[in-house]
Amino acid sequence: MSLNYDQAIEKYEPTLGLEVHVELNTKSKMFCGCATEFGAQPNTQTCPVCLGLPGALPVVNKKAIESSILIGLALNCSIAPFSRFARKNYFYPDMPKNFQTSQYDEPICVNGFLDVEIEADDGMKSFRIEIERVHMEEDTGKSLHVGGSTGRIHGAEYSLLDYNRAGIPLVEIVTKIVPNTGKYAPQVARAYVAALRDILRSLNVSDVKMEQGSLRCDVNLSLSKIGSGKLGTRSETKNVNSLRSVERAAAGEVIRQANRLEAGERIVQETRHFLEESGQTRPGRSKEQAEDYRYFPEPDLVPVAPDAKWIEELRKTLPEKPAARRKRLQTAWSVPDKEMAAMVNAELLDTVEETVKLGADPTKARSWWLGEVSRVANDRGVLPTELISVKDIAQVIALIASGELTDKLARQVVEGVIAGEGSPSDVISKRGLKVVSDDSALMKAIEDAIAAQPDTAERVRGGNIPAAGALIGAVMKATGGQADAAKVRELLLKHLGQ
Amino acid sequence: MAAISRDEVANLARLARITMSDAELDHLAGEMDVILGAVARVQEVAGADVPATSHPLAVNNVSREDVVTPSLTPAETLSGAPASEDQRFKVPQILGEE
Repeated sequence: MSLNYDQAIEKYEPTLGLEVHVELNTKSKMFCGCATEFGAQPNTQTCPVCLGLPGALPVVNKKAIESSILIGLALNCSIAPFSRFARKNYFYPDMPKNFQTSQYDEPICVNGFLDVEIEADDGMKSFRIEIERVHMEEDTGKSLHVGGSTGRIHGAEYSLLDYNRAGIPLVEIVTKIVPNTGKYAPQVARAYVAALRDILRSLNVSDVKMEQGSLRCDVNLSLSKIGSGKLGTRSETKNVNSLRSVERAAAGEVIRQANRLEAGERIVQETRHFLEESGQTRPGRSKEQAEDYRYFPEPDLVPVAPDAKWIEELRKTLPEKPAARRKRLQTAWSVPDKEMAAMVNAELLDTVEETVKLGADPTKARSWWLGEVSRVANDRGVLPTELISVKDIAQVIALIASGELTDKLARQVVEGVIAGEGSPSDVISKRGLKVVSDDSALMKAIEDAIAAQPDTAERVRGGNIPAAGALIGAVMKATGGQADAAKVRELLLKHLGQ
Repeated sequence: MAAISRDEVANLARLARITMSDAELDHLAGEMDVILGAVARVQEVAGADVPATSHPLAVNNVSREDVVTPSLTPAETLSGAPASEDQRFKVPQILGEE
């Protein structure tokens, strides 16, 4: 009998810890001037410093320090007045130096927090995630394992190394343990990474593309028997590369660990790898003890000691926090919670805001972007803004507001713009999509409709208003759908003395 | 008491992926102990008024602007590699690890 998630969570309390690695979007590497372009030909962005050749001396990238401080400030951290780099020594060919330059006991930022919200059974629920540290380090090279059948290390005959990525600035953000999330642990983990990603994006310090590896998450999780008050042994699931996977990895570990514990087995402290297809994890390298890395202060780099003035200058450049901005826009636009969540999840908040800035009604802007345009975009696997510009949507909304387009015609205009027929004005003139607003033209169509259906007209005259539908339909048909139905109704009823 | 034990030296050798015989371990443990003893004497000399330092110069905040400078060519980069393939460094298989 194996436990499912609900059964596991009845008996065990999960404790989370999250480590997020963010590649900064600097133009050059952390300690040298090599470019950081993604996808370049192998070993074209390397030099004596990032290759660790004898005598080469690293010099730290100022922008990387500033980005790290900004991240710390945005996460409510204290910025250390004195911080140092350290060598993390290990023998593994992904770093040509045989060590990674990192920070150990003197990180640049400490003791922050990030509040996240999740949708609980009884409405939105807030959790405070405490941040232990934010430290600077460098990314490692990329290994390609050759031979064997799986592309994994086991069975590989040899490995090929590309050091383009070695030395790209990396910031590691580590939470304190996150207790008391109960059954919501997987959702909290996901919400934290999502909120963190939003903040990093708003700071413009990283591309934050999980699928390209510029944001990577390690999920640490342990279980303790409810009521035991004792923390269990944790596992560390590495490089989980999507928000959905963060949630699945945490849930998968709850189930795996609970079943081991139920069977009387113990949890081994180890690194595990997330398997995208099954949502399960498999064991990786057993965790080397921290002291095995033999950290020591990096003698080639001088300490980073940001003074208060520098920190305050950086603080002034902090943008509005994404969560605060969301609340502000939600209130200003009177958007219900669910619709707001949909807009945020679809990453259309910026787009809708820009459309509103061009004068569009917020509700209309939201419904165009999330409705019609998103539908086509999803079908084609592109972004909504790749189909049509903010300016064009704003113009279409303005034309509806002024009565020059009906909703139906507007859909045809948008369809035309998406099909590459030009701007909304181009599509309107090419397709002849003008609302028939000329009263005399409409009256002619109304009179024709009455003449064709005299009995119906008589019933309307006699007070049967719903019967007018058939006449309105005939007028709309006669004008090719280019009349404003409300206007037709108004003129028709007036004409028939109602 | 020895500053470094034979077991610690064996552990270092394991971390460094260096196979050592018992005789080599005995020899090296002794030698390293002498070296560490010498360093320990330096620590005795430093008084409480001398703060620990990682750098000989009292300088902070040396940085460079975020400007790209030319890299080596792949041929230059790989010129010191014992083996290469597909413009990448070729290294022996890494056993029993991920």
